Amino acid sequence: MNPVTTVSGTAYPWGAKNIDTDVIIPAHWLKTITRAGLGRGAFETVRAQPGNIFDDPAYAGAPILIAGDNFGCGSSREHAAWALADMGIKAVIAPSFSDIFSGNAFKNGIVPVVLPQDAVDRLLDVAKDQPITVDLETMTVTTPYQDRFTFALDPFRRECLMNGLDEVGLTLARDAAIGAFEHAMTAGRPWVEGRARLTADVVPTI
Amino acid sequence: MAQRPQTLYEKIWAAHVVERRPDGTCLIYIDRHLVHEVTSPQAFEGLRVAGRSVRRPELTLAVPDHNLPTTPRVDAAGKLLPITDPESAQQLDALRRNTAEFGIDYIDATAAAQGIVHVVGPEQGFTLPGTTLVCGDSHTSAHGALGALAFGIGTSEVEHVLATQTLLLSPSRTMEVRVDGTLGHGVSAKDVVLAIIGRIGAAGGTGHVIEFTGSVIRGLSVEGRLTIANMSIEGGARAGLIAPDETTFAYLKGRPMAPKGADWDRAVAWWRTLPSDPGAVYDKVVTLDAAEIAPNLTWGTSPEDVVPITGVVPDPDSFADPSKREAARKSLAYMGLEPGTAMRDVAIQHVFIGSCTNSRIEDLRAAAAVARDRKVADGVRALVVPGSGLVKRQAEAEGLDRVFVEAGFEWREPGCSMCLAMNPDKVPAGERCASTSNRNFVGRQGPGARTHLLSPAMAAAAAVTGRLSDVRELM
Ligand code: SF4
Repeated sequence: MNPVTTVSGTAYPWGAKNIDTDVIIPAHWLKTITRAGLGRGAFETVRAQPGNIFDDPAYAGAPILIAGDNFGCGSSREHAAWALADMGIKAVIAPSFSDIFSGNAFKNGIVPVVLPQDAVDRLLDVAKDQPITVDLETMTVTTPYQDRFTFALDPFRRECLMNGLDEVGLTLARDAAIGAFEHAMTAGRPWVEGRARLTADVVPTI
Repeated sequence: MAQRPQTLYEKIWAAHVVERRPDGTCLIYIDRHLVHEVTSPQAFEGLRVAGRSVRRPELTLAVPDHNLPTTPRVDAAGKLLPITDPESAQQLDALRRNTAEFGIDYIDATAAAQGIVHVVGPEQGFTLPGTTLVCGDSHTSAHGALGALAFGIGTSEVEHVLATQTLLLSPSRTMEVRVDGTLGHGVSAKDVVLAIIGRIGAAGGTGHVIEFTGSVIRGLSVEGRLTIANMSIEGGARAGLIAPDETTFAYLKGRPMAPKGADWDRAVAWWRTLPSDPGAVYDKVVTLDAAEIAPNLTWGTSPEDVVPITGVVPDPDSFADPSKREAARKSLAYMGLEPGTAMRDVAIQHVFIGSCTNSRIEDLRAAAAVARDRKVADGVRALVVPGSGLVKRQAEAEGLDRVFVEAGFEWREPGCSMCLAMNPDKVPAGERCASTSNRNFVGRQGPGARTHLLSPAMAAAAAVTGRLSDVRELM
């Protein structure tokens, strides 16, 4: 994962509430086999409406999305985070997020920034024609008008984002401990590892 | 110093802690990982992009199930038939390629051992007591029937397990669900688990791992226990567990992937130490009396919407909780049901006997016993989808396929099928299905489809009468 320290640029001043994962990425996109390319399906139903914010050239390629309460509710599908990442979004600012979505966002290098509604309202206004900056070093969201809002993140997750550490990478760094556990397992519960591999007689064909 | 009495859950957890963090989360070793075609492609892609390998490929087993059509897979000449939906074909193909690339055992769609991942694991002896087992699928809880700590995970976690054979987890609270007494005539494991979910509610187990105990659970076969543990997730629980005992050991002995020889003896000796100690304390305890459990079924769109077959469609106003009242109103509108209607007066157009809840040999025997010498009612389409190729073979050896076909049921190839309608088996909008699966959510069996969850015998009874029926009257 690429390290994220600041996200700066245009923001979609959307503000819609209770955006569920079905709106972020409709279910029929779930049959794909890659994370890449899901940006094409992101907000498909919103984009079907003429004059929608996502097809407005003023915000094309914006790295930030400003939304309303309870962003990412609905199913646990990780495709929602993949779709946002694929459309180039690196931070979402909202008054609240669904837990599962925010977990998935972190895992995919997207910063879920929680700010109070009045701060979000102010940013929605500024973002119409000005860029916005989310800074993980100072934990602030700032605008060219000297607005400065501070936010909080779980320290562990903040560190992962800033150092580009994905959870797999972090656990791989615990290789010695995992190896030691496996060593003890081989001695104490050898049958766990010793299962039969598949062979023709284990799996007869029709 | 005497050790504090421990629950089965605590013992398995403790045996798998690689590291404990100051905040209480633990890096937990994963002994067994099952993989299917829908939730794995992006995990393998992630490994590939990062240049990572699979840490312990021999601890993972892959089998396609969700997308596979349940029509014949090879023609009369034994030639492979193509899969018509291009996206399904692509996912199935990706699983084949990914498992070959990363050295993971893969059971092909044409193998007799192929089946629903949660049927295959126990059947092959891949699922073992005291192991941690995960799969990118919520009904992984089923494997808890053999005393494995088993739960569903998301795609990022699938990747994490492939790369590290571990997961970072917080411990769950524990809940004992005890069912004592003797089950009445015509009452099966499915009726028991529906009664449990009806009692605790769809969110009743949230944050907990349920251990099912009591004389009724002890008296069930492994097949019946799998039905119960499978639906733990419908009660909101993270996982369900049943202590391993002689029934479990007898079931596993000699299965292709189960331990053999001296390994087997050592394993059994350890497995015997796993059941919860006398005096072990659970965070929550619920008890049910078997005598009060009737053949059950659901009336609404949540698995907690349970009534006995002798009951009626409830009146939304009868619920004390306003949000439940509102939900019931919506459910009934979707289900096309009027309050006060006797469940036995509700006509059905579809019957689905299958899914990881109820597609094992015992389930098919129970359904066939009702279908024998009867005919599927006019206007009803009834599907029997065995849980695996081996179940299918066994059923055919016992002549069950002929019983079904003569009665007018369709006898299909194994897979998830109409449980989630990801393959071509769907219930059309507005039509009603008596289903042995585990979820009656809006649209689960197809957009607009109406689902009633019930046991295999009850499903067969509905098929032959054309309406929801009390199987006890046909026995
Ligand atoms: S049968 Fe249904 S519940 Fe079971 S794994 Fe398949 S889709 Fe999931």
